[in-house]
This record gives sequence, structure tokens and C-alpha cells, in this order.
Amino acid sequence: MMQEIILQNLPALLLAVPMLGAFATPLIGRAGGGARNLWTVAVMLATLAIAIVLTAQVLSSGTVVYTFGAGAADLTVPADSGGIPVRIIFTVDAMGAFMTLSASIVGLGVMLYSLSSASRSTGQNGYYALLLLLVVGILGMVCTGDMFNFFVFLEINSLAGAALVAYRVDKGVAVEGGLKYAVLSTLGGLLVLFAIALLYGQYDALNIAVLASRIQFTPLDQIALVMLLVALAMKAGAVPMHFWTPDAYSMAPSAITALLVVASQASLYGVFRVVFTLYGLTLNYVTIGWIIIILGVLSMFVGVTMAIPQKDVKRLMAYHAVSQTGYMLLGVGVGLAVLGNPQLLDSYGVIAMEGGIFHIINHAMYKGLLFLTAGAIFYRTGTRNLNQLGGLGHSMKWTMVFFIIGALAIAGIPPFNGFASKLMIYESVFLFNPLLAIIAMVVSILTLASFVKVFHSIFMGPRLPEYAEVREAPTPMLIGMGLLSLLVVLFGIFPQEVVDILITPAASALIDQGGYIASVLGGA
Amino acid sequence: MFFNLPFIVAALLVILGIITMLIKRNLIKMIMGLSLVEAGVNLLLVSLGYRAGGIAPIFTNAPAGVMVMPTVQAMTLTNIVIGIATTALLLSFVMVIYRMYGTANANKVRKLRG
Amino acid sequence: MNMSKIVREAANLLFPFILVFGFYIVLHGHLTPGGGFQGGAVIATGFVLLFVAYSYPQITERIGVGALHNTETLGLLLFIVTALIALGFGVTFFTNWMLDIGPILNNPVAFGPNPGDLNTAGVIPVMNIAVGIEVLGALSVIVLYMMSGTKETI
Repeated sequence: MMQEIILQNLPALLLAVPMLGAFATPLIGRAGGGARNLWTVAVMLATLAIAIVLTAQVLSSGTVVYTFGAGAADLTVPADSGGIPVRIIFTVDAMGAFMTLSASIVGLGVMLYSLSSASRSTGQNGYYALLLLLVVGILGMVCTGDMFNFFVFLEINSLAGAALVAYRVDKGVAVEGGLKYAVLSTLGGLLVLFAIALLYGQYDALNIAVLASRIQFTPLDQIALVMLLVALAMKAGAVPMHFWTPDAYSMAPSAITALLVVASQASLYGVFRVVFTLYGLTLNYVTIGWIIIILGVLSMFVGVTMAIPQKDVKRLMAYHAVSQTGYMLLGVGVGLAVLGNPQLLDSYGVIAMEGGIFHIINHAMYKGLLFLTAGAIFYRTGTRNLNQLGGLGHSMKWTMVFFIIGALAIAGIPPFNGFASKLMIYESVFLFNPLLAIIAMVVSILTLASFVKVFHSIFMGPRLPEYAEVREAPTPMLIGMGLLSLLVVLFGIFPQEVVDILITPAASALIDQGGYIASVLGGA
Repeated sequence: MFFNLPFIVAALLVILGIITMLIKRNLIKMIMGLSLVEAGVNLLLVSLGYRAGGIAPIFTNAPAGVMVMPTVQAMTLTNIVIGIATTALLLSFVMVIYRMYGTANANKVRKLRG
Repeated sequence: MNMSKIVREAANLLFPFILVFGFYIVLHGHLTPGGGFQGGAVIATGFVLLFVAYSYPQITERIGVGALHNTETLGLLLFIVTALIALGFGVTFFTNWMLDIGPILNNPVAFGPNPGDLNTAGVIPVMNIAVGIEVLGALSVIVLYMMSGTKETI
């Protein structure tokens, strides 16, 4: 009975569990820190378990739809509504399920890590509640099938994210980063709402599937598309709207930065969902595809060139995050540019998209891992300045190992996961346009160079006298980092399995606009 | 033309808000610009919901007539609630910044660079 | 520092009326314009009036920040638990499950114009109350925190 209820309500529970967790955290926090820590970790574990079961369900039996407030989950179109889905509907296809999985894995790693990293600060109840709310925002964005609902979760995501960035006030500097993040994401959110209003005014619907089945690509739709793309690309941190990324990423607590990476990927998912599912073939896919490709190439190049001269290790990593976002945009953009040509799509378009999507989960894993190692170093030494750090390889061996894994993965060195996805992007993009592939490879080499420098200045050299007291990072931190690095290595060793199980369905779900519409409107 | 007026005003409000955010240097005034953008979006939403001759869907003591579907009104209310949360968060950020830096001038609040 | 005696007495006098009006808006949320958020905001303005009339230490003596936090949490939990109970009836999240059981809040709504009946609409009034409690706590906490950050110069 219980099991049946859970299996029938997976998409709702995926959000309800962390939401309940977030709301109850302040209350349980009264009972003491230990009880609260146990509670938050249990909630996150439950969320991950739900995400895994949901993904399995989606992969085995196709898109899962969930209608809120209806007699049954698949009752998307009420009998007396005239064929319009009036309720809020969650539509979890393979792409969304893939994103929930990646978000909740990183969420669990971050939660475990926070047990140590936040243990010395005040106001932990609020911290964990906001952390869970951020997870809710991310999961909601990738699950929902309703434009307005997407906006609401986008705002939950931005508000919780901004509050967490500014959480450690740090003489006001962190608040400055949080303010930038909050202002830009609110403006972005309002632009998204404006675009939604334009769509609603024309088509009288908010459901993505209904909108997709009616959309005409009128001039107003084009304005809406530009607004959606600008706002979501800004939230995803793509050049030239990337300026908030280094500030917010470097000033947030390291655990939060790892989750903010996933949060910006949820916006990236929004870009893909809008372009592929909402507009689909009605838009001028070659032009939009090239715009996304150019955004991607710019992000890759500007990100990495800005990263090289940085002194602050987290700022450096933040610029690398911008650069890696470029790879995802490049891969999926190539797929979009050939969307209307089935032959080219089969020969390299799908592979490029799979590469881009695979890079999303890989990036979440290794970039999260790198930010967590940076946080561990900051936790023990109290500085993020590369010029002051040195010789930590003697005392923080495990952190060093995790850092090496993350650095090699981001640089695309086999056998780590970054290599697998980057190889797919290189191969397919080379067929599309050799120049783009060469730029991507050059950026990868620059990334490697940058991380060799970071590795050298943090871990190599003699043991410095001021860090004589430094010990290994605490165990919960190591478990959090270990979880992510295990996945980095596993995904790197068995890329083909991961691609077959998770990525190929996700890419085909993105391309399959008709399937998305049919899952909600029922074969129409 | 007359029926397009609310849409034009909404677009103007959004543009004015964005201009305010760009040219004003005081952080509080920038947040006011953000609120203007929000007001513009709300106005657009509400004016989309207008149907000539429709009555509000409130059953209590309602006059006879065709009721409108209150989707946009619900959206607007949600956006107002979100807007209040955002504004409160942003204003408290500015308060902390003012206390720490002694200024709310955006040109001087620039410790993060590079 | 306190405001003048006139302001304080006026605030004392007005506070109960604001409370009653706020609760009216919350309870009639499913019948008339208004609802949890709006009513909660009205109640919070009552608290804000008190905060303005009295000094910060005097206020925190009477109304604990912890109590306001508790109201907030209570409202949120009530809301989500109401939504979750629906799962136990074999329907989806947020379904109006009260319509399937007992007589409470379960009168059929007359179609078309009618004078209004409070005992209708199932979980909607419950959720309105939950949101009302949450909003009155949250908004008061926000204002209280902002007050604590200012230097009073009156």
C-alpha cells in the first residue's frame, strides 16, 4: 500500500520531501545540532533515492507525467476543460530525470560536506533550510512541465542561492557577491515572466506541451524567445552575461558553490527545453543554433583566458566553470543547428548533443569536487590566495588526490569522465566545423595548464612553517568529496554504459518534441 | 489603440526600470528600478486577463454574467509575493553592505574585482 | 526610544482592529478577494505598527523573535502536510481531499451568484490559514530584523 503510494507519486515526492525537510529543519534544529544534521542528511538521502527510482521509471516506461490536484496522476486533461490541461503538470522525460539525478547526487555530496564545513558558523538551521530549498528549486525547474511553474522554481532557486551566497557575511564582501547574484537573477526571472506573459497572451496556455503544439513563431514569439534565452543564459553564466559568476561563486561557502554549479545548469536545461521542446522546428534552428554555438565558444575562450591570471583559487575555478559551460552550449548548439536535417543529425548532431548533455553531469561532478577541495583547503588554512598557499601535499594527502582527480577530469585527460564527454564533442563538432573543434581542444589545453599551475602552487613545494599545524580535512568532508570523485572515476572508466543508459535517452527526449506533447495531451 | 495602452505602459515601465537600474548609482534606487520592472510585468499580466464584459470570478453576491478565468490574476499575485520576498532580501543585503562599507553607492561597493 | 504617548495609544487602539480585519481576510479567502498572503500581510502591518510605536527592546520583550519564527515554521508545515495527506487518499499531491470525507468544510457551493458560505471549499481555507500564519510570522520577522539593524534616531 505504502509502496504503491510512493511509486505513484514520485515526481511530487521528489519535491515534497526536500521541501518538508527544509520547513521542518528550524524546528528540529531546536532539538540540537546532531538531530538536525541527521535529519538533513536523511532527507537528502531520501531525495536521492526518489530521484533514482524516478529515473529508473522514466527510462523503463517513458515520460512520467504527474498532474497536481487531480484524481489520478495521469489525468492531465480534465473531461470538462475543453481539451486544455488546466492543472500544473510535471513532465519528467529522460532529460529531466537525468538532471534530477545529477542534482541530487551533488546535493548529497554537498550535504555531507556541509556537516563539517558549516559546523563552525552560526545560524546553521537557516543554512540547511536554504540548502534544501535550493535543491527544491533545482529539482522543480528540471521536472516541471508548466512555464509559470518553471518561473516560480527559478525564483526559489535564485532567492535561496543568493541568500546562501551572502550567508557568510565576510565583512560585507560576500553580501556584495550575493547582491549582484540576486539583482541579476531577479531581473532575469522577470524577463522570463515577461516572455511567459507574451506566450500566454497569444496561446492562452502555460503548459509547455500545449504551447509547443500551438506555437507559430510570430514576431511576439521571437521577442519572447530572445528574452528567455538572454535571461536563462545569464543565469547559466554564459559569456557575455557571466560577470556575476566569479563574484558569487568565489564568495559563497564552498559547499554552496558546488550546488550553485548545478543551479546554473538547471538554467542551462531551461535554455535547451525552451529551444528544443517549446519552439522546436518552428524557430530558425540554424540561426539560433549558431547563436548558441557562438555563445558557447565565447564562454569557453573568455572563461579560460580570464581564469589563468587569477590569484584566488575559487575565482579561478569559477572562470573555469564559465568555460566548461561553453562546452555544453557548443555540443547542444551543434545539435540544434542541424535539427532540421535528419541525415546530418544522425551522422554527428546527436553525438554532439549527447556530448554536451554528458558534459552537464560530468561538469557537476568534477567541478563540484574541485570547489569542495578548495573549500577543504580554505577550511584548514584560512586563505584562498594561491601566492600564500604551498606545500599542502605533505599534510592533506586525500584532498590532494581528490584535487588531482578533479583537475585531470576538467582538463579532459583519460580515464576520467571529462575526457569521455569532451571526446564526443570534439569528434562530432569536427565534422560540423573543424575550427570549432580546434578551439575546444585549445581551451582544454589551457585548462590543463591553468590547473597544473594551481596544483603546483597549492600542494607542491616544501612544508611551509605557517601551515605546520594543518591537518587532513575532517571525515564528513572527505566522504562528500570521495562520493563525487568515485563517480568521476566510474563515469570515466565506463562512459559507454553511462551514455547508453542515461545520455542517449536524454538526447532523444530533447529532440523528440512530438513525444513530449503526446505524453501530456495524449497522442494528439 | 486605446486597448493597447496598458501594454505600451507595461513595456515603458519595464524599460524605465531597466534604465533606472543602469544609470542610478545608489543601490536602493537600483532596487527601486527592479521594482519598476516588476510592476511593468505585473501590469502586462493583468491587462492580458482583461476580457470586455467579463465579471470577476467571485461567487459571493456576484452580478449575473460571464466570469473570466483568473489565471493571470493568480500569476500576478504569485509574482507580487515573490517580489516582496526578493525586495526584502535585496534591501537587507543593502543594509548589511551599508553597515560594513559605510556607503550604498554602487561605484564604491566594488571590493570584488578581476 | 519610544514614540510619543499619542502614537503609542493610537497603535494600541488600532492593533486589535487590524488583527480582526486581517483574520477576516484570511478566513474569507475562499469566498472574497484576499486570502492567506493578503490577510497575513494585513496582520503583519499591525505588528509593524507596534514596532514603530515602541522601541526595539520593548517589543522584543513582549513578542519574542523565536515565537514569530515558530509561527512561520508552523504555517509552512501545516501547508505542506495538508498537501501531503492527499496522497493517503490515493489522489495526487495538493488534491482537495477534504471533499471526500466528513461534513467539515464540505457544503456544496451554489452555482452562480450566492451570498457565500464559509463552510465550503475543503482544504482551501485550511491552506489559506496556513499561509496566513506563515506570512504574518515571516513579514514580522523581516521587519524586526531590519529594525534591529538600524540605529534609532527619533
